[in-house]
Amino acid sequence: MNLISREMRGPWTLFKKELLRFWRVSFQTVAAPVMTALLYLLVFSHVLEGRVQVHGVNYTSFLIPGLIMMSVLQNAFANSSSSLIQSKVMGNLVFVLLTPISYLEFFLAFLAAAIARGLVVGVGIYLVVILFIDLPIIHPLMVLAFTILGSALLGAFGIIAGMWADKFDQMAAFQNFIIMPLSFLSGVFYSIHSLPPFWQEVSHLNPFFYIIDGFRYGFFGVSDMSPAVSLSIVALSFFAIAWLALHMLKSGYKLRG
Amino acid sequence: MIPAIKIEQVQKHYGNLQALRGIDLAIEQGEFFALLGPNGAGKSTLINLLAGLIRPTSGRLSVMGFDVQTQYRQARHTLGVVPQELVFDPFFNVREMLRFQAGYFGLGPENDAWVDEIIECLGLADKAHTNMRKLSGGMKRRALIAQALVHKPPVIVLDEPTAGVDVELRQMMWEFIKRLNREGHTIILTTHYLEEAETLCSRVAMMKQGQIIALDSTANLLKKIPGKNLRLKLSAALPETLRPLLRHEEGNEYMLALTEVAQVERVLSQIREANIVVEDMQLIEADLEDVFVDLVGQP
Ligand SMILES: Nc1ncnc2c1ncn2[C@@H]1O[C@H](COP(=O)(O)OP(=O)(O)O)[C@@H](O)[C@H]1O
Ligand SMILES: [Mg+2]
Repeated sequence: MNLISREMRGPWTLFKKELLRFWRVSFQTVAAPVMTALLYLLVFSHVLEGRVQVHGVNYTSFLIPGLIMMSVLQNAFANSSSSLIQSKVMGNLVFVLLTPISYLEFFLAFLAAAIARGLVVGVGIYLVVILFIDLPIIHPLMVLAFTILGSALLGAFGIIAGMWADKFDQMAAFQNFIIMPLSFLSGVFYSIHSLPPFWQEVSHLNPFFYIIDGFRYGFFGVSDMSPAVSLSIVALSFFAIAWLALHMLKSGYKLRG
Repeated sequence: MIPAIKIEQVQKHYGNLQALRGIDLAIEQGEFFALLGPNGAGKSTLINLLAGLIRPTSGRLSVMGFDVQTQYRQARHTLGVVPQELVFDPFFNVREMLRFQAGYFGLGPENDAWVDEIIECLGLADKAHTNMRKLSGGMKRRALIAQALVHKPPVIVLDEPTAGVDVELRQMMWEFIKRLNREGHTIILTTHYLEEAETLCSRVAMMKQGQIIALDSTANLLKKIPGKNLRLKLSAALPETLRPLLRHEEGNEYMLALTEVAQVERVLSQIREANIVVEDMQLIEADLEDVFVDLVGQP
């Protein structure tokens, strides 16, 4: 704490509080997504193993990075969005709004906590998986870069969703009609080259596809797209979403009437 | 001296609804000030504007000389707000929540002693490790007050702090708040209860429909307004001479509006002269709604 300057203590405290918020309920926020990912892995690998190879990689190995990243993204989104909607509905968001914390600091604290949740879930799944399956990482920095950028993108998106939604069911709609389709249609379970041309084109419009493709490159050194292109597209998507989130926060959208 | 609160020409509109219609008000440092008014008068709106929780349609507000919008960091450092709603964070216990709150204001472990002192003073010591969710309403209210004080703000605003609070807690809270006032904090509270303003506050603003309709020292104001109700049950009809004081009547039960207790004597003697027997009698605090009807009704 003493390493943190007085000016930075406000946002630092908010970040710590957001961390503790999910860590307190880590059974739901970490253990549950790890479990879900393992179930997917068990079912799909059992059904399809030996029959399918992608990029010369056996199907189970191919599947794992996609599953990890899908969980990372969903959890980063859930972290910022559920914290915001909950504190809006409960009314306790005022405690933060009453303080000198600026909108930019607010954004950074929520974003950092979302990234932390994404990392914890991702590392959790990876550690459990490598107990059973040999899965070396060829480009660790790529893996890290896509994890952080991907969680940041979804964390920022979660801030937007949390500001926009007034009720829990609106948030559920956001999850079910935007986040789930984007994550399932991103090539987690297949290479998009196995899709008809039309759906390949559609997949290219999905930022999740680039995150997962680039992340997978970090593991195997092969991918559908060049990792530099994927990284740039993910970074640009993040900046666009972050800009929108900051703009909304600055205007006080639904937070300061 | 810079006023603790300065409000200039403030309007707040929600669509067609004019929640505040041009408020001007200055509150000096060290005052114990009450904002009185019936539901919907705009008290909370005014407080939320001071706190920066909402933005004015027009006009300016400052706290200790700091504009609440352009100098919001300084303004918020000098202001402690107890919201009207019993809001709480269900994830944390009382002490954690207070430390986080202090942290948001840039305060670290050096402030922990003060946090413990507030916990002690507000009677929260044996609940310090209890989750906020599990506290009773009264305890939540105390925690809210504690939360507003973590950064030792010179100006403290309490929005209906005694709504739904039992008498014992009310007393304790007032003792504590009076102490803060003696120590130099400016206190502003909103309330429904005239009595509360009367015993605590040196100055009162009365609001109605987004405007301040009276602003004076409590003593002066109470002289002008009929703040007491005398309920009488009589053996016969009320004497004509007393009808100007009448607020409501129902059969042979009458409610008279009085400005001071001494008036009771005169009322009773007139009833006696008319040979009417008082079957039942009760002196009660006037409902603010009634007081406002009287105030606005006056030419
Ligand atoms: N967010 C809002 N949107 C629309 N109208 C509001 C909002 N907040 C308050 N009002 C209206 O503004 C008026 C003043 O409300 P308020 O300040 O809460 O009164 P008080 O605190 O004196 O009871 C009321 O008519 C209320 O309905
Ligand atoms: Mg109110």
